[in-house]
Amino acid sequence: MDTLLDITNIDLIIGQRQILNQVSLQLKSDEILTIIGPNGAGKTSLVRIALGLLQPTSGQVIRRPDIRIGYMPQRLHLDPTFPVTVKRFLSMVGKKQRDQVVPRLQEVGAVHVLDVQMQSLSGGELQRVLLARALMRDPDLLVLDEPVQGVDVHGQTELYQLITRIREQRQCAVMMVSHDLHLVMAATDRVICLNQHICCSGTPEAVTNDPAYLDLFGPQTVKQLAVYSHDPNHRHDNCGNCCKGGPCAR
Amino acid sequence: MLDDFLLRALLGGFGVALVAGPFGSFVVWRRLAYFGDTLAHSALLGVAFGFLLRINLTLGILVICQLLALLLFCSQRQRLLASDTLLGILSHGALSLGLVALAFMEDVRVDLIAYLFGDILAISTSDLWWIFGGGGVALLGLTLLWKSLLAITIHEDLARVEGVPVDRINWTFLALIALTVAVMMKVVGLLLVTSLLIIPAATSRRFAGNPEIMAISASLIGCLSVGGGLLGSFYYDTPTGPSIVVAACLIFVLSLVSPKKAG
Repeated sequence: MDTLLDITNIDLIIGQRQILNQVSLQLKSDEILTIIGPNGAGKTSLVRIALGLLQPTSGQVIRRPDIRIGYMPQRLHLDPTFPVTVKRFLSMVGKKQRDQVVPRLQEVGAVHVLDVQMQSLSGGELQRVLLARALMRDPDLLVLDEPVQGVDVHGQTELYQLITRIREQRQCAVMMVSHDLHLVMAATDRVICLNQHICCSGTPEAVTNDPAYLDLFGPQTVKQLAVYSHDPNHRHDNCGNCCKGGPCAR
Repeated sequence: MLDDFLLRALLGGFGVALVAGPFGSFVVWRRLAYFGDTLAHSALLGVAFGFLLRINLTLGILVICQLLALLLFCSQRQRLLASDTLLGILSHGALSLGLVALAFMEDVRVDLIAYLFGDILAISTSDLWWIFGGGGVALLGLTLLWKSLLAITIHEDLARVEGVPVDRINWTFLALIALTVAVMMKVVGLLLVTSLLIIPAATSRRFAGNPEIMAISASLIGCLSVGGGLLGSFYYDTPTGPSIVVAACLIFVLSLVSPKKAG
């Protein structure tokens, strides 16, 4: 089992801000690594460095020389005026991959959207199509930045199951970003908890019990609950809207 | 038999509309309308520059537009300011600087209205050479970049990961747009250049299922606007550049009420 990606002591400073601090990680050729952390923890920056889209301020990034990477970006900002069907979107990878379009859509269970315009896809369909695009070049490493974004909870579980299945069938490595550990747990081998530096890492079970993880996610939530006290003038109408003082608007 | 000047106007207008279609589509897809405006607004500075060096004025405009495109490319990469703020400063700064520079040249009298709104009826044979030569180069360049540009339009990082040389393509594209804008100046003038880029493209969106069809039909709709505008201007004695834009707007409005063909 060889190492696909070896990141050593990365620092990233943009302007005056330290985004990443002495981050190191290794990725073996058949493991799923999940990076979790709060907003602004540097997750996407770390992914961009791993992909070679961003140069770290210091430190070393070694990718296996012949590595094929499939990348699933966090969001797609497609202008509504841009006419492009799913079929065309997937064909853009290259001429050689054109016959891959239908099989890859089948693999992610989205072959029914083949001729649909990209902008009219639902959240879950869009994520599947993006995943299909990442698979087009038969990658050794799948890099997924928040793969379940814009998908309801039921769909999220399905997507994680799909990712696990793809990894098992293809024996490729997966590096993904998430901000929620609970749903990812079943789909990942190793978790890195990131908040500018690596707070803790290990199996999902080990991380959930790690004080550093609880520090980052747990106690904060607990504290908020503790501070909350009932405000006698604070009412909610039957639509769940808050109406301070006075009667409800409706 | 058509008058010579009318024939030249029609040829020049069609040439410009053909080039504007595909470029306008990218302007719409990548939300570069303000960028096009900024380039166009620098044209007066190019005119002053041309007078100063005693070179062909279109060449002067072309040089200044290219310099501005380069400046914009570099400053956007630095991310010092929000891009619309930066564009606003450069756009109005260049326009005003052009007017001031021209005012300083005491022996130069220019027809300002012609530069602001275009003077298609005064198109000379050498202007036609510029339009078809420059426009041809721009279109050829765009055809070569086409696939990579589409990939970048969809997602820049995704394109990078898949091996597209994003910076080089973007830079070349901006240079080609600057060329297009310089060539279009004569027909619709610096204030209306952007409209001939975006209105036909926005109109054709409703009928296009893929990028190529949208670009080509934008060209055709642009030609239709030029024809309509020239005709209207001929019969009603209205200013030609604005008449072309009015025609383009009318076609756009008509397209809104027509049945939709493609999502």
